[in-house]
Amino acid sequence: MASSPGRPKEARSMDVQTALFYAFSAILLFAAFRVITARNPVHAALYLVLAFFQAAALWLLLKAEFLAITLVLVYVGAVMVLFLFVVMMLDINLDSMRKGFWKHFPLAALMGAVIALEMAAVLLGGFRVTSPPADVLLSQAAADYSNTRELGKVLYTEYLLPLQAAAALLLVAIIAAIALTLRERKDSKSIDPSLQVRVKRADRVTLLKINPSSMAPPSAEPAPAEEKKP
Amino acid sequence: MISLGHFLALGGLLFALSVIGIFLNRKNLIVLLMAIELMLLAVNMNFVAFSYYLGDMAGQIFVFFILTVAAAESAIGLAILVLLFRNKSSINVDELNALGG
Repeated sequence: MASSPGRPKEARSMDVQTALFYAFSAILLFAAFRVITARNPVHAALYLVLAFFQAAALWLLLKAEFLAITLVLVYVGAVMVLFLFVVMMLDINLDSMRKGFWKHFPLAALMGAVIALEMAAVLLGGFRVTSPPADVLLSQAAADYSNTRELGKVLYTEYLLPLQAAAALLLVAIIAAIALTLRERKDSKSIDPSLQVRVKRADRVTLLKINPSSMAPPSAEPAPAEEKKP
Repeated sequence: MISLGHFLALGGLLFALSVIGIFLNRKNLIVLLMAIELMLLAVNMNFVAFSYYLGDMAGQIFVFFILTVAAAESAIGLAILVLLFRNKSSINVDELNALGG
């Protein structure tokens, strides 16, 4: 008797989830389509932001809360802002860029259709599983279950070495990005310290052995200068 | 009732769309980079879906690392793009023939 009022409510929440899935997927696919066809790269970047938001919402449906928030923070907050900076910094001629845009469309559409159909043929037959295993579902239903804590538990124990490698990779990426775009100012008077350190005595000091008897008289010096003048 | 296949199909469609985008945007390197980001998003979608439906945390860990690599990739890619525009004042892929390939 206790379960009978609960059953329709559960079914209704499933319906809501289904509706949300289709809504988010439709907006995601529309945004992805606009990303690849938008005339202005700024619009493409903004549609990509929309696509990332929809993907984050879909991941929330899949109970991956930490990754959904990470996607919004890292992608929308950092990567897409970087994209927008670069797009607005570059002065691109839009008209020449659109020339021949649809030239490759038949080939592209064929490729896309083949990929989509092949994926559908493989994917739609199997993978009919509609809910996680029962024991996982039970542990997720606990009041103090936290997706972030579970992720952290695995990440900082089993995957500690890959985590360190990822940190090193980010460091290398920072150094590479800065080193690639670094431009020295031409009017800067700063001196490279390594050049200073590498200086040899012979570069700076020349010892002349001056014979006192053959020293030229002071009047001999201006004479060649005057010769050069005419 | 949403099954695992629904999410995988969504990932497949997203991937196909980004492949089409790579074919179409031959003159605009920025949109090419965006299409690559979309591809990575499609792959991540599959990982998260498998992680949920199989009840295994490893999929989400992998998405975490893919996000890291994708962020590094786009940072370096955009740096190369800026450098390219500075030197050739164009981001047309067809004009990048300095290596004669």
